[in-house]
Amino acid sequence: MSKRVALSGNEAAAHAIRQINPDVIAAFPITPSTPIPMAVSQFIADGKMTTEFVTVESEHSAISACVGASAAGGRVMTATSANGLALMFEILYIASGMRRPIVAPVVARALSGPLNIHGDFSDVYGVRESGWVELFCQDSQEFYDTIIQSVKLAENESVLTPVMPIADGFDISHTVENWYMEDDEAVQKFIGEYHSKYSLLDTEHPVTFGAWAPPDWYYEHRRSQLEGLLNACDAFKAVDKEFGEKFGRSYGVIEKYHSDDADIVVIGMGAVSGTIKDAVDEMRANGISAGFLRVKLFRPFPYKDIIEALKGAKAIGVFDRCITAGAQTAALCTDIRSAMYGKSNIPIVNYTYGLGGRDTTVSHVKTVIEQLKEAAEGKKIDLINYINLRA
Amino acid sequence: MAKKLSFLNKLALNKELLEGGHRLCPGCGHSIIVRMVLNTAMQEGYQPVMANSTGCLEVCTGLYPYSSWNIPWIHNAFENVAATLSGAESMYKSLSRRGKLNNDKIVFIAFGSDGGTYDIGLQALSGAAERGHRFLYVCDDNEAYQNTGNQRSSATPYGTRTTTSAVGTADPIGKKQKRKDIMEIMAAHEIYTAQASPSYWMDLIKKVKKGLKQNGPAYLNVIQPCTTGWGYDPKDTINLAKLAVDTCIWPLYEIENRRSKVNYKPKNKLPVEEYLKKQKRYAHLFTPKGKEALEKIQQLTDEHWNFLLEREQAGF
Ligand SMILES: Cc1ncc(C[n+]2csc(CCOP(=O)(O)OP(=O)(O)O)c2C)c(N)n1
Ligand code: SF4
Ligand SMILES: [Mg+2]
Repeated sequence: MSKRVALSGNEAAAHAIRQINPDVIAAFPITPSTPIPMAVSQFIADGKMTTEFVTVESEHSAISACVGASAAGGRVMTATSANGLALMFEILYIASGMRRPIVAPVVARALSGPLNIHGDFSDVYGVRESGWVELFCQDSQEFYDTIIQSVKLAENESVLTPVMPIADGFDISHTVENWYMEDDEAVQKFIGEYHSKYSLLDTEHPVTFGAWAPPDWYYEHRRSQLEGLLNACDAFKAVDKEFGEKFGRSYGVIEKYHSDDADIVVIGMGAVSGTIKDAVDEMRANGISAGFLRVKLFRPFPYKDIIEALKGAKAIGVFDRCITAGAQTAALCTDIRSAMYGKSNIPIVNYTYGLGGRDTTVSHVKTVIEQLKEAAEGKKIDLINYINLRA
Repeated sequence: MAKKLSFLNKLALNKELLEGGHRLCPGCGHSIIVRMVLNTAMQEGYQPVMANSTGCLEVCTGLYPYSSWNIPWIHNAFENVAATLSGAESMYKSLSRRGKLNNDKIVFIAFGSDGGTYDIGLQALSGAAERGHRFLYVCDDNEAYQNTGNQRSSATPYGTRTTTSAVGTADPIGKKQKRKDIMEIMAAHEIYTAQASPSYWMDLIKKVKKGLKQNGPAYLNVIQPCTTGWGYDPKDTINLAKLAVDTCIWPLYEIENRRSKVNYKPKNKLPVEEYLKKQKRYAHLFTPKGKEALEKIQQLTDEHWNFLLEREQAGF
């Protein structure tokens, strides 16, 4: 039986990790994800989990130890944020290149400088080409569920790719919400046992991990690695469906909120979704045909589902919690514009929001929807707009 | 003597854990040391699991679609061999505890050169040593970043010409700093710490055995002559490794439980020139302009050697 609890997003992640009870965790503290390794330490001290916890001296060593532990044949997790993820950058590519099914919840935070510890997607956007699956969550329930789903997704034979479940720093990590925690046994049963085909500890069958590839092999490696990442789209749908059948909650790679019949569609990811949904409700009550499309799976980008979902739109506004420095638009908007290329000529406008923990309110989103309505009627507006930014 | 030979015979008869056909330069000290270490482990009945930092050894033995390794082997990156192996060792502990693995023969051995050890990998090594993972860390010290073309490291000795401690008309010396004392750094972690040379192989093997017996980390610093970077005839690798010891440039000693022991005291301590003059990286010192630097190398060598002797005598 699941039970209703009132706990923060970090606690949701920590409980998911406790229930997964991976063979090895290597982690290093950083705000806002610090409560996760703290909780792991306490769970172990209280005999509530039996994971080998490697208290490394940096995030670089955390992910390095994860790669070594994963190559040694078991289930491996870590968690981090911001500068920690940036410090891991080099090894994220090695983890995915070695096809290590590591699950690393990231509590997304702004990157320095200036130093800022608050919610922002600069860290997770920054590693979007690293070959990891990126799954954005909108609340604690979803963070909890997605972490559990991620284990099954990463270890799927056709995927074998590391996965990052993502929650906005503070907005989710430090906000107490009501959510359902499943039984330990039910979670264990859902994820099942992990059997690695190759292991460093199989001395009878020695395997070389991490050989280097010259120009006549590197390209093939990268292309075949991509196959695993791309398979994650369908594989996630299957895992999510199974999760729904078992626990009554599923999410899809995208979520459509009144978007099917909407003229104005706002697109976004993560914690801002609740605010956008409220704004959509209010606008609809005022007779404006607005809808919201939430992207949950950011990498691999589910462009087919997105194109299908945007068929009826007359104007689109894409929310990015990050500046993609020097690009025409920020990353999510660029992906949407690329997906829509040749499909329609409607305005697709970018809205930067929430950098470094800046508030985004329902009234901000309502203003956006009004702007988009004018754009749909032919009014020219800037390609990139900055919500709640002082002039 | 008979015992010595029979052990050597046995070593030679072992299955090669590092296959021939790798791409290390002829005469490279890396493969000599690796074979001594791994064969000793095997001779002792262990099953080694190895991690390798980026560098000559890794690049020359793990080139897809080939591998020179007949043991489980992992290369992750340049600066994280200790962290990588600490992960593998933690998985070993976890799986053993959870009853998913039953093999008490496995030992963990990391190989890094000076760049991956003294410099970019020092933090990860220190972290892994402090955490107490059971592993033997072997530093094949060739005194520069050889894989990228002989750039100076903090292990490069004073007065050495490398490609980033260049010698020219305005600079007759080369590297201005002395070597980082990695032995003291590792000993400060209160782990078994030893220095060895492939020329004194019985001593090296003894230290490998001791290192593998530790119920925690052990550090072994091994001089690894590099024919290409140091500039000498490949046939002289072991000769140079011997001269380094006999000049007391590379003393054989160990530190354990806060006590040090000098394992070999040359009866006839040779002048440093005997070692230096055989290497192109020191050719600039054998000119009138290099005289002072030569004297300084002798002085630094004597100071360190005397320190080791005095400390041992003092019981520390
Ligand atoms: C982070 C990072 N910086 C730089 C390099 C380039 N690089 C590869 S190997 C190497 C030097 C290796 O030196 P060392 O550890 O002494 O090994 P050796 O080749 O001498 O055996 C360097 C600088 C790298 N691979 N990664
Ligand atoms: S450059 Fe030096 S260390 Fe590298 S393979 Fe050649 S001899 Fe060995
Ligand atoms: Mg070197």
